[in-house]
Amino acid sequence: MKRIISLTVQDRSGVLNRVTGLLQRRQFNISSISVGPTETEGISKMTLVVEVEDEQRLEQVTKQLNKQIDVLKVSDITDKAIVARELALIKVAGSSQLRSEINGIIDPFRALVIDVSKDSLTIQITGRPDKIDALIDLLRPYGIKEIARTGLTAFLRGHQPQVNELTTYSQIK
Amino acid sequence: MKVEAKPDVQTSTAPKTGADLLIDLLINEGVETLFGYPGGAVLPIYDAIYRARGSIKHVLFRHEQGSIHAAEGYARITGKPGVVIATSGPGATNLVTGITDAMMDSLPLVIFTGQVARGVIGTDAFQEADVMAITTPITKHNYQVQNISDLPRIVKEAFHIASTGRPGPVLIDIPKDISAGELSQIPEEVTIHLPGYQPTTKPNPLQIKKLADAISKAMKPVILAGAGILHGKASKELTAFAEKHKIPVVTTLLGLGTIPATNPLSLGMGGMHGTYSANMAMYEADLLINIGARFDDRLTGNLKHFAPNAKVAHIDVDPAEIGKNVPTQIPIVSDSKEALVELMNQTAESPDTVGWLETLNKYKAEFPLWYKHNPNGMSPQWLIEAIHKVTNGDAVVTTDVGQHQMWAAQYYNFEKPHRWVTSGGLGTMGFGFPAAIGAQMASPGSTVVAIVGDAGFQMTLQELSVIYEQNLPVKIIIVNNGALGMVRQWQELLHGNRISESILNTQPDFVKLAEAYHIRGLKIESQEELITKLPEVFAYDGPVLMDCRVLQQEKVFPMIAPGKGIHEMIGVKPS
Repeated sequence: MKRIISLTVQDRSGVLNRVTGLLQRRQFNISSISVGPTETEGISKMTLVVEVEDEQRLEQVTKQLNKQIDVLKVSDITDKAIVARELALIKVAGSSQLRSEINGIIDPFRALVIDVSKDSLTIQITGRPDKIDALIDLLRPYGIKEIARTGLTAFLRGHQPQVNELTTYSQIK
Repeated sequence: MKVEAKPDVQTSTAPKTGADLLIDLLINEGVETLFGYPGGAVLPIYDAIYRARGSIKHVLFRHEQGSIHAAEGYARITGKPGVVIATSGPGATNLVTGITDAMMDSLPLVIFTGQVARGVIGTDAFQEADVMAITTPITKHNYQVQNISDLPRIVKEAFHIASTGRPGPVLIDIPKDISAGELSQIPEEVTIHLPGYQPTTKPNPLQIKKLADAISKAMKPVILAGAGILHGKASKELTAFAEKHKIPVVTTLLGLGTIPATNPLSLGMGGMHGTYSANMAMYEADLLINIGARFDDRLTGNLKHFAPNAKVAHIDVDPAEIGKNVPTQIPIVSDSKEALVELMNQTAESPDTVGWLETLNKYKAEFPLWYKHNPNGMSPQWLIEAIHKVTNGDAVVTTDVGQHQMWAAQYYNFEKPHRWVTSGGLGTMGFGFPAAIGAQMASPGSTVVAIVGDAGFQMTLQELSVIYEQNLPVKIIIVNNGALGMVRQWQELLHGNRISESILNTQPDFVKLAEAYHIRGLKIESQEELITKLPEVFAYDGPVLMDCRVLQQEKVFPMIAPGKGIHEMIGVKPS
């Protein structure tokens, strides 16, 4: 199962290596990782999407991450009410004749064309990973030349619903 | 005319370096001994050691691996961090085995490695190695010092992290321009602030209550005592707790000595070469109380058959150990002593274990540890028993890994804690002899015996120089079977008797070798010889090496073959 794990870490040299090295050594599979500064100086946030087999392994990965001295907080936020976004850049082969057709496809996704050249255009999309996957599928017939994705970043919504409603908020399956 | 001696100690007007500050900080931490080896990148530190001589002792080993295993032996005996210094590049990489060993066995170490100057880090400079990346997975934490002014904080944090919670090695990498750098001002006193490191040492009262209730309801309870009890200095509390409720105790390899071997409740060591009664107690138990052990695979055997009927309670200061290998119903994150004291305060009734103890005593009587005396030579098990006898069971015993280690664990019946220094988790050949040096330095009045194999000893024997130089009365017993005994045993039993590269046909003359290092050496080839020589050897106040020739074919039994359950022991009785 895929889980979203949010880490608050000290912004110190080597901290990314500590986290990824630990996951690799303990044989956890990272689907994506994103890192960036937070509102507090010296503190960074990492969002990991990891593939784990079961609850026991999930517990183990959070405990091992917690043991790292530079890791301040570890939370599995998969089943919480969260906002989660990823950004993708997609370069599609497209002559000028196809542009309006492509525009028609990306419009409902609220994606943007951010670069145009003679034989390609680059689309920027922000959203949940499944939304990005859906757009990529639709653009595939036009010939995708390049994709770059940031990986998921996420945090808790301002309001958390009652415990029994939680599963309906799950962002990834 | 009177000539005034030039003062060696730096005058107050001379500038202090980062290295001088470092040595001051170590003295402030109460460090008495440094285990080290100099080199280019640590020259400023050795300059500071020279200036501080008289205030701090440095012992020069002959290989960095020797220095770090000695520091481990020191840490195991004292419970205080062993302090190691090595240079950059090869000096640091030679420490890797020892650091990993300390990580696996939770030994507190603070390790200082030199590094090339900050300006050339990353340029593949002479003797540069990426020590931070190399040691990140094998340390509890590591630091590279980027500013001299950070040194007081980093050193303080390192000692704190190494010695609290679950102890472990902490490494500090010091670029040469930091140690050589002049100190513009003496940094102020620092306080530790580690928001990401707050070990839980007091047990949750609800969980303690839950365990106390489980104990009163249990029919077949058993305690598994691990090294966490030694780190928590809780051996007395363990014995009192076991006796109060009449619960039998199995110890792990590293937990030997936590309960006296002769205590009627002690079942001895469990696991691959444990006793039948210890393993069957865990197999049949309905409540397994693990205190400070980590359910290592050499203890549990096949997890499918490990304690299949037991409710499991696990007391450990490291929450990540709980539920890692064995599903646990009563998790208690705590220091072992705090938890045992709280458990003793509980009013819940003791279980009735009379029938259970009878069953286990029957196992003890019916399937004791055994070996055969051979008229043609010395049995290694007998050798260990003879050492036990001559040392009154009170020696500090160190070992490498393998057959001799298992025999020492089986036949040197430890009555007291903090007497047993062995490489458990990592299983490091070459550990025992240098560890004995550190143990002897930690406990000068104790009899220290390094029980080593002929192969393992040859991995770190260069430290013979150190015991001569420091006049340490370490007794080295080489259990010499001319083979990599455990490898040979597995090849015989599990690999169709294909004895591949595990026989040492050529060996040095160990007696001459000892003499070459100015140490007494003896070769012992028979039991009679041993009986005559042993008292004299242990009465001698100085180092002695004994090359004891034992039977090569002898195997460690009983045994759980790999992949088998703890109830499937082989060799429980003489064939």
